[in-house]
Amino acid sequence: MTDIATQTPDVRPVEFRGGGFRPSSPRWVGALVFVLLIAFLEWGTRAGFISSLTVPRPSDVFLTLWDLAASGALWTNLAPSLMRLLVGGTIGATVGIAVGVMIGLFSFARAGLVPLVAAIFPIPKIALLPLFVIWFGIDEASKYALIAFGTFTPTVVSTYGAVDNVDRSLIRMGQSFGLRWSTVVFRIVLPGAMPGILSGLRVSLAIAIILLVAAEMLGAEHGIGAYILQAGSLYDLERLFAGVTILSLLGVLLSAAVGAVEKHVLGWRT
Amino acid sequence: MELRLEGVSHCYGDVEVIRNIDLSIPKGRIVCIVGPSGCGKSTLLRFLGGLERPTSGTVSQVGEPPADSINPLTYVFQDFALLPWRTVEGNISLILSDHGVPKKRADEIISDVLARTKLSDFRKALPKQLSGGMKQRVAIARALAVNPAVLLMDEPLSALDSQTRELLMDDLVDLWTRSPFTAVYVTHNLAEAVRLGHQIVVLSRRPGKINEVVEIDTPLADRSATDPELERTQQHLWALMRAEAEAADMELIDD
Repeated sequence: MTDIATQTPDVRPVEFRGGGFRPSSPRWVGALVFVLLIAFLEWGTRAGFISSLTVPRPSDVFLTLWDLAASGALWTNLAPSLMRLLVGGTIGATVGIAVGVMIGLFSFARAGLVPLVAAIFPIPKIALLPLFVIWFGIDEASKYALIAFGTFTPTVVSTYGAVDNVDRSLIRMGQSFGLRWSTVVFRIVLPGAMPGILSGLRVSLAIAIILLVAAEMLGAEHGIGAYILQAGSLYDLERLFAGVTILSLLGVLLSAAVGAVEKHVLGWRT
Repeated sequence: MELRLEGVSHCYGDVEVIRNIDLSIPKGRIVCIVGPSGCGKSTLLRFLGGLERPTSGTVSQVGEPPADSINPLTYVFQDFALLPWRTVEGNISLILSDHGVPKKRADEIISDVLARTKLSDFRKALPKQLSGGMKQRVAIARALAVNPAVLLMDEPLSALDSQTRELLMDDLVDLWTRSPFTAVYVTHNLAEAVRLGHQIVVLSRRPGKINEVVEIDTPLADRSATDPELERTQQHLWALMRAEAEAADMELIDD
């Protein structure tokens, strides 16, 4: 029988099983993906195994963009588009936040409006464009209305969800200190709902850009959407891609703007 | 000002949680309410401050609150209930400004209560920067700022670790010794009850009824954690509650 006590025990490190599941995002990776993709397309179109009918050459798209900017046509198209986004998006987001807060606070608003919003949400707003033209005319008003309507529904849904998620113990605290109703709403409920409202706004703004193109399908002389549609109907892929690039950049910029606001307003979050 | 509960009973749907409670909260004393979990002690506290209404019975305040009291019935919550987007100072000033206290006077009040709770250095800090004990100190400072007639404390130390709890208990004793306040202190921790309570109300398990009221005459400042007399009282309380707590623990939660 061997003596267990005198045996040298087998020493080995404990196997590591933790870690992972915490993705971080180093900035350069995102840029690298774009650079690689564009470099690949450039190489492919130059080497000839991607035909210029499939995808335009990135350098050509860039040149088109350059010409667009140099000729001043970029601004003539961008300015009305930005105006439409600004007016339509502001109306949609403001009304959406107001209605969302009402749904979050009042039983009647909730009972009456939640089914209505659920009914409106899945309607492709583009399908309603003729209706808006009849209601608001073929000018700017119908474009504002389409963008406003499209941003309204997602904003409502995210806002009332955010209001529902405000810590009830904070509201009870406000009541227990005898705060006025308006103070509870504006100083406790709204700031508490702000994270949810802002992340909803990211989605709404992206939808606003999508609808911008739709809104410019009818009777728009200038605008990025009009520019893209015109290029598309002529199968001018360089100009099509130039326009799409502008929209993408617009989306990135708006998202970054919301991010900056979040950083400033939501510094209190842990 | 005193608070009085008369014949208070309460049901949530079919479940009777509190049965026929008569209790009065005398001025300048700390009344601790203890009982097994689910006995309705926190519900009782919500009745006292008017955050909830009992099914039957009356909750009344006897006498006028002091004229300079901004919010006579003031809570301190277990989860602190600090607004995370406001600084320590901002959490207090929100309440003062809503009650129309002028800015200058509010600043004086804030400086005073922060000094009393040893928070003067943390005036501009955000809640996320503070430890649990500090957060509860801020909540206590906020409660003191409105000069309450009765402080209603709902398990104020239960979310803290035992060392922080000891420190804060000492602070509460100090605060009371320097200027006695009226308080109702709900807890499930018997050690806290015998350290802080002039009167300890023991509730039975659901439906909560008053099982016994224990008076402790030793002045708060003279009580220590190792006092044999307090030890005996605590044993006595535990003896009262043990069987109930066991039964409450075995209960199926069906609501």
